[in-house]
Parts: sequence; structure tokens; C-alpha cells
Amino acid sequence: MTKVIVVTSGKGGVGKTTSSSSFASGLALRGHKTAVIDFDVGLRNLDLIMGCERRVVYDFVNVINGESTLKQALIKDKHCDNLFVLPASQTRDKDALDTASVGRVINELRDSFDYIVCDSPAGIEKGALMALYYADEALIVTNPEVSSVRDSDRILGILAAKSKRAEDGAEPIKEHLLITRYSPRRAAAGEMLSVTDVQEILSIPLLGVIPETEAVLQASNAGVPVIHDIESNAGQAYRDVVARFLGEDVPMRFLTADRKGFFSRLFGA
Amino acid sequence: MKQSTKEDLKKKPHGKDTALDIKGSVFTLTVLCLKSADSAAIEQALHEHLSRAPRFFHNAPVVIDVKALRHDVSGDTATTLDFALLTALLRKHNLVPVGVRHAAPEQLNEVITAGLAILQGGSAKPEPAEPPVASATGASATPPPNRMPKHDERSQDAPEPTPRVATTTKIVRQPVRSGQQIYAKDGDLILLAPVNAGAEVLADGNIHIYAPLRGRALAGVTGDMNARIFTHSLEAELVSVAGHYRIFEQQPAADVHGKSVQIYLENERLVITPLI
Repeated sequence: MTKVIVVTSGKGGVGKTTSSSSFASGLALRGHKTAVIDFDVGLRNLDLIMGCERRVVYDFVNVINGESTLKQALIKDKHCDNLFVLPASQTRDKDALDTASVGRVINELRDSFDYIVCDSPAGIEKGALMALYYADEALIVTNPEVSSVRDSDRILGILAAKSKRAEDGAEPIKEHLLITRYSPRRAAAGEMLSVTDVQEILSIPLLGVIPETEAVLQASNAGVPVIHDIESNAGQAYRDVVARFLGEDVPMRFLTADRKGFFSRLFGA
Repeated sequence: MKQSTKEDLKKKPHGKDTALDIKGSVFTLTVLCLKSADSAAIEQALHEHLSRAPRFFHNAPVVIDVKALRHDVSGDTATTLDFALLTALLRKHNLVPVGVRHAAPEQLNEVITAGLAILQGGSAKPEPAEPPVASATGASATPPPNRMPKHDERSQDAPEPTPRVATTTKIVRQPVRSGQQIYAKDGDLILLAPVNAGAEVLADGNIHIYAPLRGRALAGVTGDMNARIFTHSLEAELVSVAGHYRIFEQQPAADVHGKSVQIYLENERLVITPLI
């Protein structure tokens, strides 16, 4: 049974595309056939982060308009065999999407994929609504700051009201909280919301915490999802997230500041 | 000051020297709508109803309604009703007959002889859809199991032919999220999950939030000044009762912030008091 997972946040710049690319790659690395769709029509980024921008010939909108087949538009990922990218169009806007056509594409993908990851655009308008409409599960990407948490709360309300599952009165979308750009040191200093704060406000289960690292930016610029960087905390954290998503019991990491103070190092606390 | 004057008014006309005070009062009584004058049939029906809820009617005062008999095709059936016999029958079943309603003029003497009062109350009301006795016993099955029905509050009078069940209360189990709005029309709103910042909950009645209130809560939106808001943790942006609102631009005052509180109107002023 294919699962459709939307990666969404409401707010922009919190790490939706970074998370989509690493999460989809992680599922593929674990042997699952995975497709990742860029719903950010007009501002496509996923192909850049996945390092396949130069291979885009046909895109999501072409498929919707019947100008190409799904097979022609899907780009095979460089790094994992099981992963395919359906890029967004850069020259159209979100009005090119509608529920019927998106549903048709998703249904076609269901035939050959285990997981379909929908990378949502920011906001709560058409593109975001289209990305979440067919979702079975949702990754709510949140930064530990009030505006991001507020927007995530808003998008959770929309998931519960405007998705297909909500309209059909089916079992609600399974929600997962993914906190990104987390700095344990700043949270401890009270400059950032803590994981507990965020969880308390959103009251949904925590899937993982991705620490703020330079590796993420470097990976994005290099076009290699950060999950492939096993050395980095973020890469490891994304691997943990995928494992937890697949039902494994993996303890949370990177929640506390690893650089110990002078005295604690001295006394070995 | 106001209260003391009220007390004075109450006490002055009735001094200690009077042996009694006469006051008018309204009671809810069970009405027994007779559909047959045959005492055997009445006894059987009575037995059936009472055996279903014996404690419900124990020593319950009842009014006998003979309207259905008057409308009977044979005009003389009503007159054949023996009120003395009927009274004895009801007493035998631990009911306390107190009066007769809709008695025909020719029956009045007999009613009075039987020691019953002649009642005219509630006659303006249209005939109940079904005999109140039947609906009252039916109702005894409807209240929640944890609540023992008391006959005086469940029993039916003509003005309210159907059992009143509070169906207007709205219960929400999911968090109310930013941008969402929940409105309980004609009743109370009960929330078992947080009301987050940017969310709005409204009710014509009271609002109970068994979780933090971080957004806005407006009780008594159609003007009920007695409506109240209850929350486990007050972190609200705005609270309002019957249009009297308060904005918490920063944070609610330290003594109530994050506390279990109730919010209500007192002399048209919004009062927030901690619930201990």
C-alpha cells in the first residue's frame, strides 16, 4: 500500500525542501521505491537540492497538461536507485494545479512506488493545499521560533479540515513533528524555543530533531541531500528520522549541547 | 448596600408575629393522562409503567388529566369515572393524587368530594403529543446511568411535553489550531485539547477548556451575561463574556497567568478568579 507523505510547514525557509530531499533519499536508501514531487510550481528548488536541475526536461505541470508522460518527467536520482524526482515547472504558477489532475498523477505513481513524498510550497494557498490534499501522513517541519510554530499550527488545522481524508471523513492524516535548525545551546540559553515548548504547543508526536549545522547549507549548494553526509549531525539525524518513520525505536539525539563547559569537562560530569 | 436593602424588604412585611406567610410558588408535577375510565385497565397500565421505574414515581404528587376522556366518542364515559376509587388506586401504588385537570362541569362535585383540587393550570398549552406518563417513563431510561433521576425534576408538566435533554453542548477533542474557529450555538462548548494562539472559540453559553487557552475565547456571544469561561491554564490573547472583553496585550497578570481560572461578569465587569 503506497503512502503519500506531505512535507509542509506553513512558513517559508524552515527546511521543507531540505527535509523532503533527505527524507525521500533516506526511504530510498532503505530499499523503498520512492518518488518526491516538487509542488512549488514557479519557484522550484527541489531539483537544485537534489542536484538534478540540469536534467529537467519535462515537469509536473507538463504531466498534468498531458504534454508528457509521467515516465518522461520522472528523473532518476544520482545517488540512490530507488528514488525518482518529479520536478516543478519554473515558468508556470500554482494555478496550473487542480485536485483532479494531481490525483491522477498520484494514482499513477501509486502503481510503481512505495512512498510518494510531496514537497509543499510555503503558505496556505493553492500549492500548499494541493500538496497536502492526498496525503496519508504529514511531516510538519518547524523551526524552534514562535512564528514558525504558529504557522505549523495553522497548517495542522488545514490538514485536519481541507485534506481529502478530512473531506471523506476518513481516518485523519497521521502527523509527525520534525523540528529543524535546532540549536541546543541557544534553546538552553532561552534564545530559542525548546523541543518541549514546541511539542507542547503543537501537541503532535515528535519524529525527530535536526540540529542546525553548516553541513546543511553546504549539502544544498552541492546538490547532495544532507542525509548522504554521514559525518554530519544533520545527516545522522535525518537517518534517525527515517528509521523512526519506518517504525524503529531510535532514541532522540542532538538535543543537548555537546560542547561541555570548562568546569564540566574538568570534573567529567 | 444594595443587598442589605433587599434583605430589609424581604423581612419587613412578614414580622415574627404572624403564624404563617402565604406565598405563590410553581411546582412541577407529574400528569396522569387518562385514556380509559375503566379502573381495571388503569390499574394494569399503571402497574406496567411503575414497575419499569418504581423509585421514579415513589410518593410522587400527580395530577389527573381527564381531557382525553371528555373527547371520547361516547359523551358519558367521563361521568362514569369514579374519582374516589381512582384516588384509592393511585395511593395504593404510592402515588399522591393532588388534583384533577380538564374536569367536566358535572364532575366537579365528585372531584371535590374525593378530596382533590380542581386545576386549570397549563390548559392554554396544546395537548401533549403523547401522554406525559408514557414520556416520563421513557425518559427514565434516557438520563446517563450515573445520574439517578429524581421524580420532581424529570416528571412532566403540560408546558413541557418532551423530556429536555441538553443536546446543544458541543465537545471538541482535537486541538483548536491557529486560524480555526469553533462555535457552539445555543449551548456550551467543552474543549478537551488546547486552544492555540490565533484560534477562536465561541459559545452562546459557557466555555470549558480542560487544557491551556492560548487563543481567544468568547462566551455568551448572543448576550448571556451569566456565561462563564473556565480553563486549566490562562494564556489567552482575548477573553470575552457577553461582549465585555479583555485583551492581554502582553501576558495576563502574573497572579492568573498559566493558572486554572474562571472568567465571568460581575456588575458588567469582567472578573478573572483562580480556581483552587
